[in-house]
Amino acid sequence: MNDGSLAALVALGAFHGLNPGMGWLFAVARGLQERSRGLLLRSLPAIALGHALSVGVVAVLVAVTRSVVATRAVAIGGGVLLVGFGLWRLLSKRHFRWAGMRISLWQLTWWSFLMSSVHGAGLMLLPVLASGGAAPAGHDHGLTAGAGSALSAGIFVTGVHTLAMLAVAGVIAILVYEVVGLAILRTAWFNLDRVWAVALVGAGAATLLTA
Amino acid sequence: MALWKPDPTFYPSPRDAAGAPPEKLAYVAAFDRAAEKPDAIAVLDVDPESATYGEVTGWTDMPYTGDELHHFGWNACSSALCPYAPHPHVERRHLIVPGLRSSRIYVLDTKADAASPKVVKVIEPEELAARSGYSRPHTVHCGPEGLYVTALGGADGAEGPGGIALLDHTSFDVLGQWEVDRGPQFFAYDAWWHIAHDVLVSSEWGTPSMIEDGVVADLLLGRRYGHALHFWDLRKRKHVQTVDLGDEHQMSLELRPAHDPRKQYGFAGVVVNVEDLSASVWLWHRDGEEWAATKVITIPAEVPDDPVRLPPVIEPFGAVPPLVTDIDLSVDDQWLYVSCWGTGELKRYDVSDPFHPVEAGSVRIGGIVDRTPHPAAPDVPLAGGPQMVEVSRDGRRVYVTNSLYGAWDDQFYPDGVGAWMAKLDATPESFTFDERFFPHGDAFRGLRVHQTRLQGGDASSDSYCYP
Repeated sequence: MNDGSLAALVALGAFHGLNPGMGWLFAVARGLQERSRGLLLRSLPAIALGHALSVGVVAVLVAVTRSVVATRAVAIGGGVLLVGFGLWRLLSKRHFRWAGMRISLWQLTWWSFLMSSVHGAGLMLLPVLASGGAAPAGHDHGLTAGAGSALSAGIFVTGVHTLAMLAVAGVIAILVYEVVGLAILRTAWFNLDRVWAVALVGAGAATLLTA
Repeated sequence: MALWKPDPTFYPSPRDAAGAPPEKLAYVAAFDRAAEKPDAIAVLDVDPESATYGEVTGWTDMPYTGDELHHFGWNACSSALCPYAPHPHVERRHLIVPGLRSSRIYVLDTKADAASPKVVKVIEPEELAARSGYSRPHTVHCGPEGLYVTALGGADGAEGPGGIALLDHTSFDVLGQWEVDRGPQFFAYDAWWHIAHDVLVSSEWGTPSMIEDGVVADLLLGRRYGHALHFWDLRKRKHVQTVDLGDEHQMSLELRPAHDPRKQYGFAGVVVNVEDLSASVWLWHRDGEEWAATKVITIPAEVPDDPVRLPPVIEPFGAVPPLVTDIDLSVDDQWLYVSCWGTGELKRYDVSDPFHPVEAGSVRIGGIVDRTPHPAAPDVPLAGGPQMVEVSRDGRRVYVTNSLYGAWDDQFYPDGVGAWMAKLDATPESFTFDERFFPHGDAFRGLRVHQTRLQGGDASSDSYCYP
């Protein structure tokens, strides 16, 4: 894993953490509703866990596939998938539906997993996963060992990305809860879903170009 | 097309919404009782700086006749900011306008010219029936999973059960029946929610045959109209509890939950107590894990000096029932407005302590016996009474119209209910008519006027997920 890939992973984590729809807003809402900063703080790891699970599925799948299939094929397949998904996100008018505020921390994790998955959070990491030397190189002896190290590489990628996501989401959540207030939403809630969709298409294109 | 910034009419909390700028337009449902002319949405200029202030400046005719437009609502509101399914970049631009008699639902677009909305979609009664099993659509609320439309009747001639149909947020297609498990619920009327607690509340009027030809005296005295509130799990769509107000309390209609998402109480208006013709307002609230309802306001019937003038429907009783047919709660949850359509009075209560409302103002206009004129036209006796009442988001302006429901207007005001709209200015200290605002008579082209919706939202249009 080179420095560029690592930086990209952290940047994408920060981008995901920034998006109110990925969970910091839900954490703030729960804290405000119960007048409890503790609940806000407890909600953040639950949200991060759901995000990690969603991203992890993709990361591990890609890493394991790469250990048995030609890297180029993974990159092309992934790139096409990504561009298609991004275009769908860009053009679709549908939005995530979930009707419920009173949920447990485990349900919050499930919510976060679903939210991240339908937004293709893991897919956005494809360029990093498919191009960078995500798998620690040099010690592979046969398929099993390759799959094993690919797995650990997938977990590493997920971990780095999620920590960055949690850090940014946490800082924003606490700032909004303690200092800024929610009225900021009216002016500062940029339509990240559209930026997000463009990012997906861009990530797909980048993966294809470098394949 | 999605916006880059949230729709400016969405507010995270009721506190923020109370600081919203004053509305400049009001939309009013207007219907032709004879079903000869099309019903319409009348657009009123409510900008005091404007030369046409207080006048009807736009009309949007429906493409059919006989709909009986009644209540209506917005396609999107502040609930779009809710954290679990945020979609704040949609626009509040469409009015969803059901025909209570025809079961047709119109979608109007206010974006191109807010003063002259265009009909952009018609949902036929057949689609509503086939997809949801309902007819007689009534209340519209913008909610988390789509648009919630309450309906009084069943499909294909079935009297009931009434319930809630879900409409898609964007295509406005009928998605289906909202209820998964309705328990004992059969009657429907209004529905709203405590959105941050996953609780939906619904109320009861009667089935189509019980209302469409007028109130049926035998059914009323037999206590057969609705008299209960229903509590639901909003997420699981399941009936949780029925709270019966007592069968003497006939017709539990309008529901006004507290706007503050931390609170779990609200007010329900009851039209008439058949034992003494009084009307009442109830507070629903938590009682441990259960729901309970407590009567917090009772408004007695009035005995006129000259009972000869009473219409046949109430003549045997020799008294005028107040007939509380609509209530509205200000966005700050402090002021409750109560329409007494029979006696012609609009009351205001300070409900800072919801268990102990304190009367804080009253005006008289219209009324079965009094026929009180508006101060702007003191020589014009008025029929009808304060009925649909709507409060601006900042709580400073209160709008009322005078028609209840075609067939019932004719019973209680048999010599004609007319059409008028009034506006009151409200401050904590005073509650008085705005003498510059009194569209009436020919202003409404012979149509009767019902619900008002204010541009950008009002006290009964939005729900909030943040305290």
